[in-house]
Amino acid sequence: MKVLVAVKRVVDYNVKIRVKSDESGVDLANVKMAMNPFCEIAVEEAVRLKESGAADEIVVVSMGPKACQEQIRTAMALGADRGIQIETDEDLESLAVAKLLAKVVEEEQPGLVILGKQSIDSDNNQTGQMLGAITGMPQGTFASEVNLGEGIVDVTREVDGGLQTLSLKMPAIVTTDLRLNEPRYASLPNIMKAKRKPLDVKTPADYGVDVTPRLKTLKVEAPAQREAGILVSSVDELVEKLKNEAKVI
Amino acid sequence: MATLVIAEHENGALKGATLNTVTAAQQLGGDIDLLVAGSDCGAAAEAAAQVAGVNKVLLADADCYNHQLAENLAQLVTELSSGYSHILAPATTTGKNFMPRVAAALDVAQISDIVSVEGADTFKRPIYAGNAIATVQSSDAVKVITVRTTAFDAAGEGGSASVEALSAAHDAGVSSFVKEELAVSDRPELTSAKVIISGGRGMANGENFEMLEKVADKLGAAVGASRAAVDAGYVPNDMQVGQTGKIVAPELYIAVGISGAIQHLAGMKDSKYIVAINKDEEAPIFQVADYGLVADLFDAVPELEQKL
Ligand SMILES: Cc1cc2nc3c(=O)[nH]c(=O)nc-3n(C[C@H](O)[C@H](O)[C@H](O)COP(=O)(O)OP(=O)(O)OC[C@H]3O[C@@H](n4cnc5c(N)ncnc54)[C@H](O)[C@@H]3O)c2cc1C
Repeated sequence: MKVLVAVKRVVDYNVKIRVKSDESGVDLANVKMAMNPFCEIAVEEAVRLKESGAADEIVVVSMGPKACQEQIRTAMALGADRGIQIETDEDLESLAVAKLLAKVVEEEQPGLVILGKQSIDSDNNQTGQMLGAITGMPQGTFASEVNLGEGIVDVTREVDGGLQTLSLKMPAIVTTDLRLNEPRYASLPNIMKAKRKPLDVKTPADYGVDVTPRLKTLKVEAPAQREAGILVSSVDELVEKLKNEAKVI
Repeated sequence: MATLVIAEHENGALKGATLNTVTAAQQLGGDIDLLVAGSDCGAAAEAAAQVAGVNKVLLADADCYNHQLAENLAQLVTELSSGYSHILAPATTTGKNFMPRVAAALDVAQISDIVSVEGADTFKRPIYAGNAIATVQSSDAVKVITVRTTAFDAAGEGGSASVEALSAAHDAGVSSFVKEELAVSDRPELTSAKVIISGGRGMANGENFEMLEKVADKLGAAVGASRAAVDAGYVPNDMQVGQTGKIVAPELYIAVGISGAIQHLAGMKDSKYIVAINKDEEAPIFQVADYGLVADLFDAVPELEQKL
């Protein structure tokens, strides 16, 4: 079985971002970039499937400017076999990403597509589900456990009330939640090896997909700042403040 | 202009998240219809008909909608979409699951997690874990939107909408329900609780959460947790507050042994009052706390319980 994994290059999750003073967006100049944490989990899951013998090839795809090849190489260092970069400077919306992925799915015919449940920049949580609608594939979103069977995959999902397990006919889509696995680090020899793995570069036009955005960002503001609070010196003082000042208990 | 709101319901009752979503719909203007889809959900449809401001309730009662399987529910909503300018659902794990499927089937963008309605086509939504708020304008014919429920008040009662039963049953036949393990608790739900007390890695183990539960009993509070506490297995995943857990905005949020990582703050910084109890005075949680107490939680929490 072939597994397709989609990865996104985003601001490193430790970075405290700042909005630009003209409110046109977030200041990304000289900011550390990395693979979206949920995508790391997706890569790890695919690698584990390969190690267990359930998968025989892992194809990793990323979309964006040339720099996203870094994240493709990272995925290869972790165990992906080959990569596809779809190069564009357009700020891709989830719908465009899903349409491009659907074309890759058509070409590659994977048994499983694994994606992160959301990217930590746009926080959309859409791409996997949209890919499902376009391809007709079933989806197991927010996965904390994935079990392969004969032509089916059971996915345990983190839902608001607890956990839910679904059985999906393959080919299927899985989007990862944080507790699906703990990603490994790439070893130096594997990072070196990854440099020689095949990487195809395509464009949205190669796939005949129109990636024009549907949403226009009018402005990006900093959120309302909370007013500085105070330190209390004892539990008594805390209870007194909550009762008499905040009046919340 | 007309809006279709997809209701969330459980055991014959509407979930609170639906009422917040109706309020967002009211801010758009135009008629509001509510879709109740599920199996054996007639009682929920009756409840939906009482919600103030609802024009009509559509009831799709069929086995294939049980457990809100995304593949089947999305087909139903897509089919119903004609005639609506907006389709709204709460940004719960259910709404997040099926709504993007509806959007893609309609070939439109989804606007996730809106926190305000600026106009019929313009909305505000948080990005970067809430560290920036984007104002976005949609050029699509149908706006498919999920709503951050804490940003909108709950709609009241007093409606008397008609209920129209639909006969359509879409079973895509590609997914099926196996089982669920749902948390049972007498406490208020995290997302609607007025008071929340949450524990982090500082709690050191699951048993120690009993200290928080005792405080919660006295305050009628819900109990939450940080990701670290859930990852360590102290408590189940449904208690996680944050960027990837639940978004909460209670009157009072008490963070105990939580450092205040960006991703945790993303889920609770809109709380009216924040209290932090942490032994490290440098912990970033103190930067957002109205009242901070630098103390060992194993002393402070039992004392707090006593003095309430
Ligand atoms: C993609 C992504 C998504 C994430 N999503 C979430 C999310 O939704 N929610 C979330 O919470 N996190 C999330 N995280 C994780 C987040 O970055 C932090 O790792 C996590 O919030 C830390 O949890 P914590 O504060 O409990 O633990 P720590 O950061 O380890 O803090 C523990 C705190 O307890 C204090 N403490 C210890 N012992 C005591 C004591 N005896 N008395 C008093 N204080 C004590 C310490 O001083 C410390 O401040 C996410 C991370 C990533 C990468």
